[in-house]
Amino acid sequence: MTVLGQAVLTATNVSIDYEVDPPVQAVRGASLTLHRGEILGLAGESGCGKTTLAYGLNRLLKAPAVMTGGEVVFHDASGRDIDVVQLDGEALRAYRWDKVSMVFQGSMNSLNPVMNVRKQLHDVFTTHRKGMPKAAREARSAELLSLVGVDPARLSSFPHELSGGMRQRVMIAMALALDPQVMIMDEPTTALDVVVQRGIVREIMRLRERLGFAVIFITHDLPLLIEISDRIAIMLEGEIVEQGDAASIFGDPRHPYTKRLLQSFPSLRGEGGAFIRTGVTGATAAVAEGGAA
Amino acid sequence: MTAETSSPPVAAGSLRAEALQKDFRLRSGVTVRTLHAVRGVSLELEPGRTVALVGESGSGKSTIARMFAKLESPTSGRILLDGRPSANRGRGLAAYRRDVQMVFQDPFGSLNPFHSIRHHLERPIRLHHPGLSTAEVRERTEELLERVRLSPAAKFAERRPHELSGGQRQRVAIARALAPGARFIIADEPVSMLDVSIRLGVLNLLAELQRQERLGVLYITHDLATARHFSDEILVMYRGEIVERGPSERVILDPQHVYTKTLLDAAADPDRLGQLRDEVRREAG
Repeated sequence: MTVLGQAVLTATNVSIDYEVDPPVQAVRGASLTLHRGEILGLAGESGCGKTTLAYGLNRLLKAPAVMTGGEVVFHDASGRDIDVVQLDGEALRAYRWDKVSMVFQGSMNSLNPVMNVRKQLHDVFTTHRKGMPKAAREARSAELLSLVGVDPARLSSFPHELSGGMRQRVMIAMALALDPQVMIMDEPTTALDVVVQRGIVREIMRLRERLGFAVIFITHDLPLLIEISDRIAIMLEGEIVEQGDAASIFGDPRHPYTKRLLQSFPSLRGEGGAFIRTGVTGATAAVAEGGAA
Repeated sequence: MTAETSSPPVAAGSLRAEALQKDFRLRSGVTVRTLHAVRGVSLELEPGRTVALVGESGSGKSTIARMFAKLESPTSGRILLDGRPSANRGRGLAAYRRDVQMVFQDPFGSLNPFHSIRHHLERPIRLHHPGLSTAEVRERTEELLERVRLSPAAKFAERRPHELSGGQRQRVAIARALAPGARFIIADEPVSMLDVSIRLGVLNLLAELQRQERLGVLYITHDLATARHFSDEILVMYRGEIVERGPSERVILDPQHVYTKTLLDAAADPDRLGQLRDEVRREAG
């Protein structure tokens, strides 16, 4: 039912290796298209390469990780296409955070503990918007906080004075600071309690409606992804094994791994999952095997 | 499919918490305030039944687990095993620990990296059954490994924790809990640190052992979906109190307390596909 807009970010056959001994192929020929304003869920288990791929899209890879092949193109709102792989120097700085920002895994613990929120938000502007007057920085910082549902008075707070949920909201505010067209969120809610998690997810969806950015939402929580994503990509051992809209991934999964992943989550209100109490079925025997492997 | 065990199913008994209360004194500078982590909680475990304790972090569920494990002593209230007050020290405590064992959340932190799996299992067997010969201890160890499906047992027994995956380590943790011949297992978030596709395998194993050996299990979790399918009864904790309790199906499908409803609303449910987006759109107008 979602009408797909234009593409905003296209990745074609991206391969990323960790050049250690022996080399690890973390991402193998992954192709993704992110459309303007959509939420694309990227699901997979630890070690499948989903974070590495996200870093690749944002050119954040550090040695020993090396992109060995593939193309990443950002289709700017201005109509200009940016070849992300070729960027360097000033052009790369202008791309990162400005066009594509990121909320990192466990990022609520990545705020600087000895700087107040104001200083950390202002930092984004002093780095990326040189010459922006102080009053404007202050006004924008306050606006950002209220945008993510945090009282602007909190600008003077230090990270330890904020709850985990509030810290995560501040991180989202920071990612929103430069009005990016794409936000990559790597497990943005995993360390939070479910009720707080729900609030943050709702906030992200609300902001998306209002500001129109596209989201790559990375998590192992497939039920959550199915609930909130427009489209979903399933990743296994560095490859994207299935891609489709959320309804078909949920209702008509094709790849055996997608099926297995879906079966790993017993249904909250429906029937699926009753086998835990009633005994092992064929499907769960396969899951149990995975555990012993 | 599991090898016959040497110990027959145990006779009926119960593990009961009566009006458990735990206060922590928090000191910050000169001010001291009291945190009532657990307020008057009563619950009962019976052989062959699983009770789930659900709630968010800080609700007091792990404090209850620690009191059952005697790692924390209650400020007031008591724990009764087979109707008798349980001991807190000496032989009485050793006997209690034979019957009541814990499975912790972190399978990476709960096994000693310097010791083989064999050591981890033989130690509790020796401690709790000093009369057994070396051969008998060995036999029982391998039997336990087979029971948690780590086979060939002889091979797994010689490995060290770092050579096992998270799921395998948690299986070892379960085997270790069973080693003294425990009748009650307190499992505190036993699968939340494991990869999603192996969680059900471990839960299935726990469920199967629970049925076969008629264990009484307290399953502590924040995951309502597995609580529903894995347990007979669900207790919902909020700020140290049990705000709702009842048969699992009833609590999940027909919640009564407002907090249970909030928790259920917050839980991801693929059946509500697209609803959140539509809701947000409506609000935005």
